[in-house]
Amino acid sequence: MEAGRSAGTPAIELEDATVAFRLADARMFTAVAQARLSVADGEFVAIVGPTGCGKSTLLNIAAGLLRPVSGAARIFGQPLAGLNRDAGYLFQADSLFPWKTALENVAIGLEVGGRARGEARARAERWLASVGLAAFAGRYPHMLSGGQRKRVGLAQVLIRDPRILLMDEPFGPLDAQTRQIMGNLLLDLWSRDRKAVLFVTHDLEEAIALADRVVIMSAGPGSRIIGDWRVALARPRDIFEIRLEKDFHDLHREIWGVLKDEVMKGYAQSATPVETRA
Amino acid sequence: MSRGRLLLYQALVAVAIVALWHVLTTVPVSGRILLPPFFFSNPFDVGKQIVDWFVTGAIWRHLAITLWESILAFVIGSLGGVLFGFWFARQPRVAAVFDPYVKMANALPRVVLAPIFTLWLGLGIWSKVALGVTLVFFIVFFNVYQGVKEVSGAVLANARMLGMNERQLMRHVYWPSALSWMFSSLHTSVGFAVVGAVVGEYLGSAAGLGYLIQQAEGVFDVAGVFAGMFVLSAFVILIDLLVTVAERRLLKWRPEAERHAA
Ligand SMILES: Nc1ncnc2c1ncn2[C@@H]1O[C@H](COP(=O)(O)OP(=O)(O)O)[C@@H](O)[C@H]1O
Ligand SMILES: [Mg+2]
Repeated sequence: MEAGRSAGTPAIELEDATVAFRLADARMFTAVAQARLSVADGEFVAIVGPTGCGKSTLLNIAAGLLRPVSGAARIFGQPLAGLNRDAGYLFQADSLFPWKTALENVAIGLEVGGRARGEARARAERWLASVGLAAFAGRYPHMLSGGQRKRVGLAQVLIRDPRILLMDEPFGPLDAQTRQIMGNLLLDLWSRDRKAVLFVTHDLEEAIALADRVVIMSAGPGSRIIGDWRVALARPRDIFEIRLEKDFHDLHREIWGVLKDEVMKGYAQSATPVETRA
Repeated sequence: MSRGRLLLYQALVAVAIVALWHVLTTVPVSGRILLPPFFFSNPFDVGKQIVDWFVTGAIWRHLAITLWESILAFVIGSLGGVLFGFWFARQPRVAAVFDPYVKMANALPRVVLAPIFTLWLGLGIWSKVALGVTLVFFIVFFNVYQGVKEVSGAVLANARMLGMNERQLMRHVYWPSALSWMFSSLHTSVGFAVVGAVVGEYLGSAAGLGYLIQQAEGVFDVAGVFAGMFVLSAFVILIDLLVTVAERRLLKWRPEAERHAA
């Protein structure tokens, strides 16, 4: 019974989660309003939305770094209190420890979890190899390229084998070729044990190529989830090739029809600051 | 410019200055010596004095004392700075309460403290160490405070998501960040440790480079004053070289351009 129930329990469930920030002048700014989202175990969900709409905010709720002012977040059925211990989080900003080498950066998650240093380092070496950076173990982050740093970050998160993977525009600052290579690497690693993934991007093509579901957020403030599409493209996928398929194009056109308006709204609103709720 | 060429040019500057000094203090120009040796001495007398000091070995005791005072001032000042910097940064309330007093203490010119330290601690090394400590402490304190405060939010959030508890955050995040700020101000704090020692000696002591210079001034021995200054400069440059080596090891994770941020 227990197993049957947990199989149906979503890995992440946001129920009408609303997040407001207190601004410097003490007014409240509602970033995300009544977000309702569910990610099944083993499902790869991509969130797309105009910049500033609250994508990072949504991930921070799922990570337990932010608490919604109303609504709830549940992780595998349990209400989230404090940090989400089941989640690994690849941040949008550079977040490697600059004073640790690539190897030490990857190993640290195991070391602080109580693993022996030797074992942690040995496993970190294997993880660095599987993101293609075996030869860079001794380098410090500033000696790595942006793409290499992201790969170290990925290994740093995955080595702890989290049940949920949160990724915030992980390939955002990379060039087009590197993004595609990283995308394929991610799909390859993900296909080995199919964690639940919540993947934020501003790139609709990337979202469709990678995900099982694409979720669209409206422009803020008070951003909402306004669309949810299932991506029926077969796996395993090669994201170089998949962009050439007709189904890909049809879905892209359909989603873009909705997203386009929000992107325009997002630009218009970021030009004139709007506050909601005094 | 290649390294060899750079060294050559640097040596040429020294040669030129010494030559000029020599000419102006010994060769009469239209019947008059422009820089009277009584006030400006001359390179030979100064050189002879320096050689004398080293040949007789008289200088070593003074050098050792000044070095020892500087080391003690640096170590004690740094320890205090790290401890208080860390404590204040992690306890914003403590920091807020003490803030005006920290600023007041730091704004005080330390020289005025020298007589008081001599009164309290006597003419021995400790009054000089104390003066150095008051200089080193604040540099290290402010840098460590900043280092703890300025840890990037993303790095901190990442550390917490990777499962670090408070103690591990201290060890793996705050501590390295604080130390890196402290190390990047190493040249300044070591320099001030020496300044504290020498100024302290100058204002009242029985040994050390500052004492040597002060004694020479007392009997209008200009050659002695200049010789003392040259030995002191060489001493400071040597220590600075050591700091550069230490810094290169300690901050090897930082891009070259950022190492002298503070
Ligand atoms: N700490 C904060 N205080 C005030 N406003 C914030 C804060 N963090 C984010 N915001 C605002 O919330 C909105 C959503 O931010 P974010 O989730 O970072 O957007 P994005 O979709 O680009 O990731 C933005 O308008 C941003 O300005
Ligand atoms: Mg964002």
